[in-house]
Amino acid sequence: MANEPEEKQPSASSPNEPSAAKPPAAAGEPVSKPPAPAAPAAAKPPAAAAPPRPPAPPKEGPVALDNEIVKRYKEKFGPAILESWVDRKQSILVVARELLAEIAIYSRDEEKFDWLSDLTAVDWPKREKRFDIVLNMYSMEKNERLRLKAQASAEERVPSVQGVWATANWMEREVYDMFGVVFEGHPDLKRILLPDEWQGHPLRKDYDILTQDTAWVRENLGIESGQ
Amino acid sequence: MADERIPFATHADSTVLGADEIVLNMGPQHPSTHGVLRVKLRLDGEKVIGSECVIGYLHRGVEKIAEHRTYTQFAPYVDRMDYVAAVSNGLGYCEAVEKLMGVEAPLRARVIRVILTELQRIASHLFWLGTHALDIGALTPLFYCLREREEILKIFEKYCGARLTTHAFRIGGLQYEAYDELEKDVERFCQPFDKRVDEYESLLTENRIWVGRTKGIGILSAKDAIDYGASGPVIRASGVKWDIRKAMPYAAYDLYKFEIPIGKNGDTYDRYIVRMEEMRQSRLICLQAIENIPAGPILGKVGKVLKPPPGEVYHAIEAPKGELGYYIVSDGTTQPYRVRIRPPSLINLEAFDKMIRGHMVADVVAIIGTLDIVLGEVDR
Repeated sequence: MANEPEEKQPSASSPNEPSAAKPPAAAGEPVSKPPAPAAPAAAKPPAAAAPPRPPAPPKEGPVALDNEIVKRYKEKFGPAILESWVDRKQSILVVARELLAEIAIYSRDEEKFDWLSDLTAVDWPKREKRFDIVLNMYSMEKNERLRLKAQASAEERVPSVQGVWATANWMEREVYDMFGVVFEGHPDLKRILLPDEWQGHPLRKDYDILTQDTAWVRENLGIESGQ
Repeated sequence: MADERIPFATHADSTVLGADEIVLNMGPQHPSTHGVLRVKLRLDGEKVIGSECVIGYLHRGVEKIAEHRTYTQFAPYVDRMDYVAAVSNGLGYCEAVEKLMGVEAPLRARVIRVILTELQRIASHLFWLGTHALDIGALTPLFYCLREREEILKIFEKYCGARLTTHAFRIGGLQYEAYDELEKDVERFCQPFDKRVDEYESLLTENRIWVGRTKGIGILSAKDAIDYGASGPVIRASGVKWDIRKAMPYAAYDLYKFEIPIGKNGDTYDRYIVRMEEMRQSRLICLQAIENIPAGPILGKVGKVLKPPPGEVYHAIEAPKGELGYYIVSDGTTQPYRVRIRPPSLINLEAFDKMIRGHMVADVVAIIGTLDIVLGEVDR
C-alpha cells in the first residue's frame, strides 16, 4: 500500500490506506521534495548510511515500511517476510526464496496483484546471496504496485512463478539467459535472447565485455586485441 | 516419422509429431514478421496447432550497455529499442531517472513532452495500421498512413533535428525550447486528422475482406490478457479498461480529458478499432495541450553530472505498444547499477501462441501484425 501516492490514485485504494502508514512514508521520503540545488544533496539520511563506492545491497533505501499490507503478509507468512521498506514511494517486500511461489499465489489471489508487470534480477556479486529476483506486481483492481524481492546465491534454485502468471515464462527465461538463475519448475528453461551455444551470462557483474571482445578478436581475427 | 522429435518443449504433450503434421519455419527474414522474428509453426494441414517464437536476432545488450554509460549517455540508446516510437521510450527513461533523483521536470517541459509523445503515438499507430493492412492484403492504407506520419516526422525534425531516433527529451526537462511555429504545426496536423482517420476507416472498417480476415481471429480473453501480462491496446481490446495515463498519470496527462477506448471480443478487429480510436483521442490531447502551453523554464534543476542517491525505482508509462517500464537501481555513482527495461512488445508477443492456435497459416501474419511488435524492442 502507500505504493505510489505521488501518482494520483483512484479512491478505491484509499480505504485500505492506513493513516498510520502515511506519515512515515511522506516524512521519510527525502527525494520527493522540490529539487534541492544539486540533486544528489537531496538524499540526506539514507545517503549518510550508504557506502559510496562498493555497491552495497539496496538495504539502506529510505524508510522501513510497516503498514496494513505488510501486516497481512506477515500474518500469513510470518518469518518468510524478511524485510520491507519504501523507496521513492514504492513499497518493497523481501521474502524468503523458498516460499516465493506460495507468496506469489497469495499476492495474486488475496491481495489482487493479478498483473505481473515485470520479473527480473539484479546481481550483487559481493553478497553471499548474490542475486535479487525482483517481481514488480500491479493490481488492476486497487491500482497499486508492489515489489517482491527474493535473494538467491548462484547455486540456489528459485521457485518458478510461471504457473501463477503465465507471463513469467519468458521473463524467467530471460533471467536465466542473462544471469544464470535456475527456476525450479519452469517448463522450458532455455536461453531466449542469446544463441543456445553462448558461454556465460552477460548481465552478471563479473561478465566483462572487454574480455569477451578480446577473446572473439583473438579467435576470429588472429590478432591480440581489437581495442 | 512418429518419433521425430521437434523441440516444442513448451507444450510438453506435443513433442511427438503426428502423421499429418508438419513444422513450418517462418522468418527470420519473412517480410511480414516486421523485423527479424522467427516463428516455428506446427501445422496440421493449414491449421496451426502449436507455435514457438524464436527471438534475439536483434539483441544488442542494451541493459549491459547501460551499466557502462552514465545516466545521460544512456539516454540516446533507448530511442533505438522501439524505433518507431522513440519519443515515448525517451519519455519513460527520463521520467524514471527523474524519479530516481527526486526532481520533476517543469510544467512547460511536461506539456511539450505530452504533445510530442501523443504525436508519436499517432505516428506509431499509423505505421502499425499501414503495415498491418498491407500484411492482410490492403495495399492502399499504407500510402495514406505514411503521408500523415510524414507530417509528424517533419514536426519532430523541426523540433530536434531528427526524425526517427529523436532523443527529444533530456533528464530533467527538455534540451530544446519549442520552435515558434510548433503550436501552429501541431494544429495544422491535428485539425483535419480526424477526417483522415475516418478516411482510413472508410477503407477498412466495413470492408468485407478486412472484416473476414480480422473478426474472430486471435481472440484473447480479458482473463488471459491479464494472465499473459498483455498491455496497451492489446489488453484494452479484450475489455480491460486500463491505461497508465489515467491510472497513474505521469508527465502532464492529468491536465487533459480523454477517453480510454476498449473492445469487447479481444480479437484482431477489436484491436484495430481500439487503435483507431486511440489516434482520435491522442489528437484531442494534442489539441488541448497546444491551447495552453505554460511559460517558464524547460529544464529542471539537474546538475551536469547526475548522481542519484542509492536506491531503486520502477517507472512505467503508456507507450504506444503498452506498458513500457524502467526498473533502475542506483548505487550512488554516475552510472546506473542496473537498468531493466520492460518492453511491451516482448510481453505482448508472449501471448502469440495462445492466440494463434486453431487458426490458419494466413492468420499468422494478421496476429503478428495486430500485436504491433517492434523487434528492436523485443530483443533490445
